Amino acid sequence: MDSRRAPRTVIDPKVRQVGFFAPPDRAQPDPSAASSSSPPVFNSPSGNSLSPVMIPPARPLPFPPLHLSPFRRRSSGESVPAGSYNPSAFASPIGSLKDFDGSIPSPGWGHRGTSGKHASSLPSGGFDLSAVKPNSFPAISLTTVSMVNMPAEKDGGLSGASQNEQSANAKPLKEKTSKAERRALQEAQRVAKIAAKAEGSKAPPAISGSVTSGTVKPAKTAKAPFQKKDSSSVAASEKKGGDRPPDKDKKKDVPQPRLQFDDKNRVEKAKKRAVVKQTEARNRVELFRHLPQYEHGTQLPDLESKFFHLDPVHPAVYKVGLRYLAGDLSGGNARCIAMLQAFQETIKDYSAPPEKALNRDLTGKINSYVSFLIECRPLSISMGNAIRFVKTRIAKLPLTVSESEAKATLIADINSFITEKIILADKVIVSHAVTKVRDGDVLLTFGSSSAVEMILLHAHELGKRFRVVVVDSRPKLEGRLLLRRLVAKGLSCTYTHINAVSYIMHEVTRVFLGASSVLSNGTVYSRVGTACVAMVAHAFRVPVLICCEAYKFHERVQLDSICSNELGDPDAISKVPGAQEKSCLDDCTNSENLQLLNLIYDATPSDYVSMIITDYGMIPPTSVPVIVREFRKEHFWT
Amino acid sequence: MPDVHALVNDGVIKLKKRKIEGSKATAKLTAELLRSVISQQRIPHTNQAGALIDAIKAVGEQLIAANPVELAVGNIVRRVLHIIREEDLSLTTAAIGGLSLAAASDDEDDLERDHPALSAAAIAAAARSTLRPPSLQTLIEDMPSSAAVPHASSSGGDSEEKSKSADKNSRSRKLKHNVIEAVNELLQDIATCHEQIAEQAVEHIHQNEVILTLGTSGTVIEFLCAAKEKKRSFRVFVAEGAPRYKGHILAKELVARGLQTTVITDSAVFAMISRVNMVIVGAHAVMANGGVIAPVGLNMVALAAQRHAVPFVVLAGIHKVCLHCNL
Repeated sequence: MDSRRAPRTVIDPKVRQVGFFAPPDRAQPDPSAASSSSPPVFNSPSGNSLSPVMIPPARPLPFPPLHLSPFRRRSSGESVPAGSYNPSAFASPIGSLKDFDGSIPSPGWGHRGTSGKHASSLPSGGFDLSAVKPNSFPAISLTTVSMVNMPAEKDGGLSGASQNEQSANAKPLKEKTSKAERRALQEAQRVAKIAAKAEGSKAPPAISGSVTSGTVKPAKTAKAPFQKKDSSSVAASEKKGGDRPPDKDKKKDVPQPRLQFDDKNRVEKAKKRAVVKQTEARNRVELFRHLPQYEHGTQLPDLESKFFHLDPVHPAVYKVGLRYLAGDLSGGNARCIAMLQAFQETIKDYSAPPEKALNRDLTGKINSYVSFLIECRPLSISMGNAIRFVKTRIAKLPLTVSESEAKATLIADINSFITEKIILADKVIVSHAVTKVRDGDVLLTFGSSSAVEMILLHAHELGKRFRVVVVDSRPKLEGRLLLRRLVAKGLSCTYTHINAVSYIMHEVTRVFLGASSVLSNGTVYSRVGTACVAMVAHAFRVPVLICCEAYKFHERVQLDSICSNELGDPDAISKVPGAQEKSCLDDCTNSENLQLLNLIYDATPSDYVSMIITDYGMIPPTSVPVIVREFRKEHFWT
Repeated sequence: MPDVHALVNDGVIKLKKRKIEGSKATAKLTAELLRSVISQQRIPHTNQAGALIDAIKAVGEQLIAANPVELAVGNIVRRVLHIIREEDLSLTTAAIGGLSLAAASDDEDDLERDHPALSAAAIAAAARSTLRPPSLQTLIEDMPSSAAVPHASSSGGDSEEKSKSADKNSRSRKLKHNVIEAVNELLQDIATCHEQIAEQAVEHIHQNEVILTLGTSGTVIEFLCAAKEKKRSFRVFVAEGAPRYKGHILAKELVARGLQTTVITDSAVFAMISRVNMVIVGAHAVMANGGVIAPVGLNMVALAAQRHAVPFVVLAGIHKVCLHCNL
């Protein structure tokens, strides 16, 4: 497998608040927004499609740029199976920052909010790209952020920020095992760097090291080449948990452990370097001491105010991070695509310092960005794989090409990754899966998965007659958004809470579930509640089909849902919407006897899964490691 | 008996309008109502038990129809009917045995049997003797022939009614009296079911255990608190039990009593159950085939517990045991 593993963190201390932003015009109908942004992205006419992202005309693209309409929540007459994300929309990943300046009318902001709201739907494995319009991507976060900030400053800040790549300031770091002495060393260097403040920090190596440290999974020694370089330049990359001195290189063979959040010292040190200041949540559940949990909602205002001061982080990445934090962007595919597009922007704006090799420096920057994103919200597995891909590509750049060529190649590579691995993969999955839908079927799905939504809509377009049962669960209630979209398309749906699934399972013929990832032993890692649904389906002898793109597969193994998970906002549990008398837990949340646990993911054992539908075909759960081994290597990591 | 009618109507209305809810409360109401009916029922000299039974049946049907979902009502009615039959049987056997009448009994007390003419003391002793359920023979056969022969003769429910007793008045008084006593015991049981169940808590909950529960139940609260008072330290995961969110109420109560509680969503049950030692829940009713009628979502919990081999404990008072079988 690939040696360079992207920092994989499920443990990062981010608790994002769902629906944090409630922009006033959330009520804006989506189609209007969508249609207004129908024209190719680079037009960016209306407020919503503020897109600094423009397709550079002379860029050698691997395949013709997809003049697809930007992301839309609902496909307006597109042939592309419209899922919660519109694959066509990503077409214009790169843009110039200049679009920012002056192109952000106030009304445009509100628009984004709408998608943002919809983006809150968190598909189990899919993504809701309603919020992710690549063209308006930067604007999105801008919108939400700018609700508080003033637009005027934006331009100035942005232009300033765009030059920042090599900023030496403290960048967000990934967590890592801590070595006190190295940390001290890096601290000193960082201080020196801050003074320097110029450009071209040779920090990248350090960053890469930190990235490795951030790697959750062991065994990815791969980061080796990048790890080596670093050490000194802490300025950019300070890892949360530890530093990486040069001799760390030897350790590349040793899997980097995740930051142990139950170790107070390391957490303390990590906090010092964090860009995002968060306070730890009180009343943490003992069992989950190894996962971070922070007070919700404390970090967003802080980050907002720092938006224009945060030189080390490219604004595009900053925006993506804020959207993660706010919960606007959720779902594996959506988050991954947004991140990759942000990276494309940063590559575009990147200029290597004269004495540094491009690939190393760039990798370091990428590492720092990833650290920042982890601070906003722990990476999903899909994101981790994508980061690995990007780093591999950077590393494989021949040293002799010119900078602009290299950048163009990278951007094209990322484009091809998105297209092949996500968009086309989804199409293949849909084409496989609709063969499993027969007339008269009753299909059950849980939560909101983009892949499953596409399947249902496509099957409906093909004229099959079936009905859908949407099972939903607290506290995110993502199924409601999926339900809305399905009903809008004319499917007959039933909506129920997960408690009733054993009541309704007797009339269900097939269960379609999405996944955030599928692990090597066939375990499906997906939204919490999926395991319950799969278990009940198994008890009723109903086939369970998992729809997951192959790039989300991962070679690690997880036995239960506790070793690695993500902790959400505990207050979401105590607040019961719509029933005042039922919110009785609000009063006693401060008692030390009471803890609230809001898990985000859970692990479904493989024996509940009948089949996994991927872009490589329909495979049994036992074939997952084969795919991971064979196809990954072939396509990405070699 | 207008008095009784009024009472019965009152009770029916309360059930219908759901003014009284919860199996314990409805069971108590039913038992008290039936007790009043019994005490005020004028029973004929012959076939006393039959008259009582008919009266109770009539009232019971009304009560059950008022709130069919509350199975405790039907359970209590059936229990009272059973009490009547039992008391009658015991009195019958004692009377027969003691008075050497035509009606024989399947009393196993042979001593008294051999002496057809028994003294009053013997009658009392016979009355105290244990009743056995009527054997098939007694159920099928009719009135037994001779009292002198100590054989299990037909003194089933029907024959009881035909038993002749010399001391009819005293017997009738006794029947009512016994029945009311038994109903009082039943009421007592209902009232103290929580305490009786909670007494056993210490046997089942040990140190450092992790308990999972869903929704709320008074029995469960008492059970857990009893264990806590015996200084067992354990933690409780409470699944919130949407859409009623009863789990929140339970959590609040447990926290107020000082137990370490964690509230989780229902969807996280499968994720957490691998770390749980025992699942303890309350039930709405326990069926004859062992099935349990419980708040929605417990089927999922039970499946998960089975998968992880976690003991699944249901706490139910006696008024929740039902004669139906669920499918």
